[in-house]
Amino acid sequence: MISFREATKVFGSGPDAVRAVDSVTLDVGEGEIFGVIGYSGAGKSTLVRLVNALETVTSGQVVVDGHDVTTLGESELRQLRASIGMVFQQFNLMKSRTVAGNVAYPLKVARWPKERRKQRVAELLDFVGLADKARTYPGQLSGGQKQRVGIARALATSPKILLADEATSALDPDTTQDVLALLKRVNRELGVTVVVITHEMDVIRSIAQRVAVMEHGKVVEHGRVYDVFAAPRERATRRFVGTALRDRPTPEVLERLRHRHPGRMVTVGVRDGQGSGTDLTATLRRHGVDGSIVFGGITEIDERPFGSLTVELAGDEESIDALIAELRRTADVHDLGTREHPRNDPSAVVAGDEQPSSPDAPGISGAGGADEIAGPATGLSAGSATGLGTPPERSSGGFQ
Amino acid sequence: MNSDWSTLAPILLESLRETLYMVSVTLLISGALGLLMGVLLYATRRGNLLENAAIFTVLNIAVNIVRPIPFIIFITAVGPLTLMTIGTTIGNEAVIFAMSIMASFITARIVEQNLVATDPGVIEAARAVGASRLRIILTVLIPESLAPLVLGYTFLLIGIIDMSALAGYIGGGGLGDFAIVYGYQRFNWEVTFVTVVVIVVLVQLAQVLGNWLARKALHR
Repeated sequence: MISFREATKVFGSGPDAVRAVDSVTLDVGEGEIFGVIGYSGAGKSTLVRLVNALETVTSGQVVVDGHDVTTLGESELRQLRASIGMVFQQFNLMKSRTVAGNVAYPLKVARWPKERRKQRVAELLDFVGLADKARTYPGQLSGGQKQRVGIARALATSPKILLADEATSALDPDTTQDVLALLKRVNRELGVTVVVITHEMDVIRSIAQRVAVMEHGKVVEHGRVYDVFAAPRERATRRFVGTALRDRPTPEVLERLRHRHPGRMVTVGVRDGQGSGTDLTATLRRHGVDGSIVFGGITEIDERPFGSLTVELAGDEESIDALIAELRRTADVHDLGTREHPRNDPSAVVAGDEQPSSPDAPGISGAGGADEIAGPATGLSAGSATGLGTPPERSSGGFQ
Repeated sequence: MNSDWSTLAPILLESLRETLYMVSVTLLISGALGLLMGVLLYATRRGNLLENAAIFTVLNIAVNIVRPIPFIIFITAVGPLTLMTIGTTIGNEAVIFAMSIMASFITARIVEQNLVATDPGVIEAARAVGASRLRIILTVLIPESLAPLVLGYTFLLIGIIDMSALAGYIGGGGLGDFAIVYGYQRFNWEVTFVTVVVIVVLVQLAQVLGNWLARKALHR
């Protein structure tokens, strides 16, 4: 649906030139929700503007729905733009027009007759749940409502592609979920290909199927969201993944865990088609080992289970070793050792020093007692394990 | 001091009528010309919709040259041009001619400054739905800036009333002329005072009307 081939955008010239987008080659498939994540200044907003030619490439190629954007003239570009919807972080609604007037604007540009326009506007406002706000001015709406108007406007001419540029970044967490759910509906019910630009991994986790990670104008990593979460290769990617999922203990948390739990601890990954909580309890029982869950979380990525559980094991050493060996056959297991003989398996520990120093950075949030779950000391039953199950879609990053 | 208001009142009324005539015609002409120049100044600036360095530079310099000239000097300086165009340098029409030129350049700057405050995101959103540049100027840029523009035009209107009073000095007619001929030159302070009151009331009415229209345009 959208192909970037060595797409490059340079702003300015000479020594001050900035390569906002640097040789990006990427394909977005028809009907998918594709996420682009990066810190501000990574070039993701410029990248998405290359799609509807609000910015034009300096070199390389952008092909949208079979049209090479780089060769189109101004009037053809206007037609192309009309066939691509766009949603903005600051909503960008016209304050001088009512909600209905804003939604009708693209239809006026596309020269729809008045009657059809009215009908379409009513349809769209109904779709986004704002039928009663048609005659209200944007100044009187909340942020979430404004963004729903923005989405209705973007969908007015039934585009095949919707570009969402930080569409939820100006919204509170609840409203973010509403807007994300709406974008999902747009994708599912209307079959619109959605490109989501964000700096929040949680947005990617909630709705995207594939993701590209951008840094300094380049795509440093891309693939299925599940795979990227499961095995992030680049440092930037690991940081984003760390902010969305806090299921693995940070070094600080691990230190406290060891203080409370002197026994052998392991972190067991929970993946789609791999080990699960039920397998874990069954295996424990077979080896006569008791386990108590001391940390972890399971959430959904791309609608499949994902997370990990950190368990303190109690039993004789031989049984524990045999148990770990067996678990390793079906799940990815990180042995943290005991308090006496600690093993710092780096892949089990989210490095705290790499986190941005925001108040919700894992190293700090992990300090709360509620973040750690003290499981029963003995015989973890299957029931209690699945009870931890999959948190509702709204929860961010699962429980810890 | 003996003011004969039975003869002065009709002259005052006639002067008021002349002032209103000069002011409204000037407002219409300079409002339209100034809007055009102001939109061009804004849109031809670097990075904007109709980026054009030549047009921008010429307009920008012209505005910067004309605007700071004191109007009383400007009106005499354009005398030859007025004579060529209107056929005389005194009377209402001559004053309207000079005022329209000056007010157009002032308006151009007022309009430009109000348009600069337009949210560029809204313009980008209009571009994203495929609107042409001209359409964006007419259906997004100007409507979105309507409230400040109305206030800008109110400021302009009051400036024109002010200019029209000055024009009395060179025999342009109107309230300024009245105040000078019947007040200042005859040492009749009372006439000057009454004229001042009339002008103040006029300005107040203009401001109240402007504020009311701007509030209506805001949609808050």
